[in-house]
Amino acid sequence: MVFSNTFIFGLLTGVSLLLSFVLDREKTFLGLKKGGRMLFNILHPFLNILILISIMLFFIPEPLIVRYLGANSGWYGFGIAAFIGSITLIPGFISYPLAATLLQQGATYAVVAVFMTTMMMVGVVTLPLEIKYFGKKAAILRNFLNLIAAIIIGIFMGWLM
Amino acid sequence: MKKYLKNYIWVILFVIFSIGSYFIGFKPGLVIYSNFNEFFLEMISFIPFLFIIIGLFDVWVPKEALEKHIGKESGVKGIFLVILLAMLQAGPLYGAFPVAYILCKKGASVRNIFIYLGAFSSMKLPMLGIEIGYLGIKFTVLRTLIALPLFILVGYMMEKIVGSNFKVEEVKT
Repeated sequence: MVFSNTFIFGLLTGVSLLLSFVLDREKTFLGLKKGGRMLFNILHPFLNILILISIMLFFIPEPLIVRYLGANSGWYGFGIAAFIGSITLIPGFISYPLAATLLQQGATYAVVAVFMTTMMMVGVVTLPLEIKYFGKKAAILRNFLNLIAAIIIGIFMGWLM
Repeated sequence: MKKYLKNYIWVILFVIFSIGSYFIGFKPGLVIYSNFNEFFLEMISFIPFLFIIIGLFDVWVPKEALEKHIGKESGVKGIFLVILLAMLQAGPLYGAFPVAYILCKKGASVRNIFIYLGAFSSMKLPMLGIEIGYLGIKFTVLRTLIALPLFILVGYMMEKIVGSNFKVEEVKT
């Protein structure tokens, strides 16, 4: 798994870099600089989340995850995933290691999809900020519609994966 | 310097905790460290590559040119462009709210603004790259294909309910 990722992304990066370099040297360096800066910006939140997951994994036993988020958790699992996912608006890249861990520990694809989608699209904590931009009606409506969309995504993912 | 120290405070504490656990033979600490080590290797094995690609994308794709074509009469082409524009961004959704204001000011339709938010939240290319790395290509493609029509639908519903004269407010930060 780890090495196939390295291989695919490495190959893709190599080809793009070469192509870009042939077309325009300056732009390529600028792109590298930009990419580097973005990587640096996500590095500390990413490391923090990895630390948090490492600790959680130690304290939360696998049977517990299977019971509440696994194949037999039904709507209950959906509810937990949607609730936790909706509280905060976390950028996707940070939540993926967590999602992968949950899957490994026995959570279903459907539950993980609901969790991921609500995490990215529904944010109760950031709602006050959102209201400032869109007003109360539109902000609440957007969150509500996206919550429903997330549950539909979860149902389909559970069915198709 | 102080800022970096603040950003990395948890990492520093974790390193101290791990070294400490090693010296006094604190078992839970060692298990947690070995968990972390596995996660870290997984991440470092592909994320840096991904960011090189994102950086190259950023310099080669002209975002400003895209923004001009997502107005009220833009139709299907407008929807396509607004999704493309959103896919090229990075960051959490609340970072997209100011962009929504700018799009609105530039004359984007209400529908397109909310489609932009939908696509921004879950179809950004950097994110899809990480998603493929962690959850596999099948999961990523399926999730994206299911989410896409739903976002467009949400965009249409939002426009219907709040009206096409809806304006995004400017928020000074």
